[in-house]
Amino acid sequence: MTADVPGRTGLSLSDLAMVPVRLAMSFIDAPLRWVQKTFGLGGMATFFLLPNMLIFGIFVLLPFFINFAYSMTGGTALFLPDRSFVGTDQYARLFDCANYLDPNSCVEDTFWTAVGNTGWFVVLQVTLMIGFSLVTALILNRDLRARSFWRAVFFFPVLLSPVVVGLIWKWILQRQGLLNFGLFSFGFEPHVWLNDRTWSFAATVGVSIWAHMGFYTLIILAGLQAIPKDLYEAAEMDGTRTSRVFLRITLPLLMPNLLVVIVLVLIRAVQIFDEVYVLTGGGPGTSTLYLTQYIYETGFATQLRNPGLAAAASILMGVVLVVLTLLQLGLSRPSEKKGSRK
Amino acid sequence: MGHIKLTKVAKSFGNIDVLHDINLEIADGEFVVFVGPSGCGKSTLLRMIAGLERPTGGELAIDGKVVNSVPAADRGLAMVFQSYALYPHMSVRQNLAFGLENTKMPTAEITERIGEAARMLEIERYLDRRPGQLSGGQRQRVAIGRAIVRRPVAFLLDEPLSNLDAELRGSTRAEIAALHSRLSATMIYVTHDQVEAMTLADRIVVLRAGRIEQIGTPMELYNSPANRFVAGFIGSPHMNFLEGSVEFSPTGKAVATFAGGHRLDLPVDDASVATGSRITLGVRPQHVSIGTDTEGISAKIKLVEALGSETIVHTDVAGQKILVVAPGQHDLAPGADIRLSLSAAPLHLFNEKGLRLEHAV
Amino acid sequence: MSRAVEFLFRRKGGNGWHWTDIVTWVWLVGGVFIMFGPAVWLVGSSFKSPAALAEFPPTILPYVTQKATVEAYDKPLDLYEVTLDDGSKATLAEVRRIGVVSQMVDPVKPGEIVKVNIANRTPVRQMSFAAENYTEPFTHFDFVRYLWNSVFVTVTATLITLVVNSMAAFALSKYEFRGRTFAMLLILATLMVPLSVIMVPLYSIVSALGLFNNLWGVILPTVATPTGVFILRQYMLTIPDELIDAARMDKASEWQIYWRIILPLTAPALAVLAIFSVVWRWNDFLWPLIVLSRKELYTLQVGLSIYSGELNVQWHFILAMTVVTMIPVVLVFLFLQRFITTGIAGTGLK
Repeated sequence: MTADVPGRTGLSLSDLAMVPVRLAMSFIDAPLRWVQKTFGLGGMATFFLLPNMLIFGIFVLLPFFINFAYSMTGGTALFLPDRSFVGTDQYARLFDCANYLDPNSCVEDTFWTAVGNTGWFVVLQVTLMIGFSLVTALILNRDLRARSFWRAVFFFPVLLSPVVVGLIWKWILQRQGLLNFGLFSFGFEPHVWLNDRTWSFAATVGVSIWAHMGFYTLIILAGLQAIPKDLYEAAEMDGTRTSRVFLRITLPLLMPNLLVVIVLVLIRAVQIFDEVYVLTGGGPGTSTLYLTQYIYETGFATQLRNPGLAAAASILMGVVLVVLTLLQLGLSRPSEKKGSRK
Repeated sequence: MGHIKLTKVAKSFGNIDVLHDINLEIADGEFVVFVGPSGCGKSTLLRMIAGLERPTGGELAIDGKVVNSVPAADRGLAMVFQSYALYPHMSVRQNLAFGLENTKMPTAEITERIGEAARMLEIERYLDRRPGQLSGGQRQRVAIGRAIVRRPVAFLLDEPLSNLDAELRGSTRAEIAALHSRLSATMIYVTHDQVEAMTLADRIVVLRAGRIEQIGTPMELYNSPANRFVAGFIGSPHMNFLEGSVEFSPTGKAVATFAGGHRLDLPVDDASVATGSRITLGVRPQHVSIGTDTEGISAKIKLVEALGSETIVHTDVAGQKILVVAPGQHDLAPGADIRLSLSAAPLHLFNEKGLRLEHAV
Repeated sequence: MSRAVEFLFRRKGGNGWHWTDIVTWVWLVGGVFIMFGPAVWLVGSSFKSPAALAEFPPTILPYVTQKATVEAYDKPLDLYEVTLDDGSKATLAEVRRIGVVSQMVDPVKPGEIVKVNIANRTPVRQMSFAAENYTEPFTHFDFVRYLWNSVFVTVTATLITLVVNSMAAFALSKYEFRGRTFAMLLILATLMVPLSVIMVPLYSIVSALGLFNNLWGVILPTVATPTGVFILRQYMLTIPDELIDAARMDKASEWQIYWRIILPLTAPALAVLAIFSVVWRWNDFLWPLIVLSRKELYTLQVGLSIYSGELNVQWHFILAMTVVTMIPVVLVFLFLQRFITTGIAGTGLK
């Protein structure tokens, strides 16, 4: 491979920058021509697939399978061969409760608190997230000037890191924060929101919605824009009321899209961790302790860490996620078909 | 240089056989056209010669060497693709240079070859443009140029004109013919358009459903098609066919009676022709003439297309469609009854299996 | 300004306001405040001095009490606007405060102490941006190191992702081979295995490979992204196979076909994946938190969360560091927002 193209005089800067890359590439080429000659195109296919599959095998598949083994062992040792086999003890421990309706009666009461918190979080998150993003999408789908500006407004927090999101809101909700300032201006007493069990829980729900709403709004908006305009024009000709248009045209046609969004929100909500960890750290007490944080703390952070128990808990969570993902795949297939027909 | 021989070549994808028992020999410098309806396997055959597909049976030799397992790059062939397959991210010059660079050719020679090809094809002005900035005809030339600079032992052209508009197709066809006589290199050309095949080929290979139906010069194919399929495929408009049956007269003479009552003595003693066997009469529309009031086959006019120089008359003969191309202008109206004459026409006869029956008219 | 507002809110076809127009208007304006407000507030706060941050009620803009160096006093003294008993006004420096009485001196004539009721004095304040919030963390907190770690992780992981994913996508889109469907399904299945499910065994594997407390331990588990393979494969399927045939006729090796034909033609999809990868890796938190326990290896996200979780949070530094952490993502947002939003709407990935 020659570095310059014949007949062209002078090298541009980008050509110069490409020289080492080109050299490296042609350096790789020689042994690969040998591979191609020896093993044929099938060999080359394997070669191209290998790095991805190797990394994927080591860092995704392998952990996935040994997770089951992990959940059957006890002790604090890190490596699997050093750990003692305990059978289903870890699972038994998670489910060891005097009264299944009361987390405090369980041996692993924090696990059940985390499960309960996550459950409430998921329910609130899904309903509110769908509500807010649907309304926003409907509004953005109107005949707006500068629609892309308004869309950007709601999309902005999506790209922020969860840590930044957590810090932004921690700063606002703190004692001398903006929220207290605002309320103070209207004559209310300042309140330490994140020290209050109910309010800090509400804060985690609200902050997650703030951070991710723009993403789901985009997906719903794409669904809305795929609804043919002539349907609305036909409805207008018939003099259909706005509410009826929404219920009889918009909602049914948006349903496949909306179902996908619901499942996506569900899957993400079950795994909530980052922004909450920064915002409340799970507190006060265990009022905002969610499942991922429970697994993280059981497996890594506490003095008496118990990787086996954490693995067992993560497998239970994995089962929920697999069910939800299969649900999503099942739901998204019809909408794919619809897309490919166009 | 450029001698290609195929012996019992076959190709199947899984359980589906796409080519059976292909025997073909192409001489150096010959212009061979593979023609046939879509799905007949002509492109697969070309791609096998190119080395882009592996034959599943038989032997493929170039200049006497068996190349079945030689990769495409090392066969010394160049191909012009239907979609041109120009690298969209490279300039025309880079497109032409790419294959030469891969052979580690010295830069000076690459430049020289590109210059030569560009002059020949009159694409010098576009050398620094990208394919996206060129018209269809210009891209076509670049695609041919990319093949020329390689100085291949044979050119393989896969429906190179199918993406051009009708006018451009005609002029490019002439240029390809000129190019062939100038380079005097072997060219294998795939098309589904029999006009291209007739005008360009030294020899035409007609393919159907993975088999070779006939190999011959354009005139051989036109004048004595080996079977009913070739007869119908070559020539425009298509040949007319009249179905009939054979009877033997008491004198032992075979007589065929066709739809519309046309009778023909058969001077054949072909084993496949027996009493009651079906027989097909083929006649080209240009050879049918409009007869007098009393003589000939009676037909009903369905449609008249007057083109000025000639008149195309669609007629119905006892339920079978017969097309007549009559030179000049005729005052005919749909619905009228006329008589058609075959007296001056070269006739083609095909037996039950569709094979040609040799006969003297 | 009013023209801009008029432009933004002018209704296209309609005449007269429907109730939905009012809802739209309220929602959009409210959205601007709720979505941008918190971040803007954070940026504004990051320029305040610690003293100004501790004030309640807070000021919108950063103000600092003026100080003056007065002869015979070691430290600079705060300056106040004072209304004296005789009704005249003066600017005095406060020496100390006892109850409601402030002992003050005139900076010009430091000899004489003036006693003033604190109700009669207001601090002399001036707008001032505390740039030291930004400069000091560079020396105080190993901030440069965190920044470097984050940049290193982001850039390296993105490059490896692009190479490894595009190679796999090439094999899965342009080659026929046994096990191709199986490989596709396997990659698809990864979507169901998020980090939170496998973090315990993954940690042991990374440790066994000696990658604990190593930035490569953060990078490697993230690079074989299934979404990346999918976007690239979908895109490569649209590249005509005839191009590859042509390259093969042109004596190009398969590797050359990959990097001279396929990669340049996949550039748009690679750009989308690169942007997503940069945002993903820059924002990664849980996994670096697990793998990195030595301070000098922290990424920005981990460093920020650790410092903000301390008992004595130095908010003035945290805020400034948060702003710096936001910058790359905000830049991506400003310049590539349209690109990303269409990418998400098209693929449904995040």
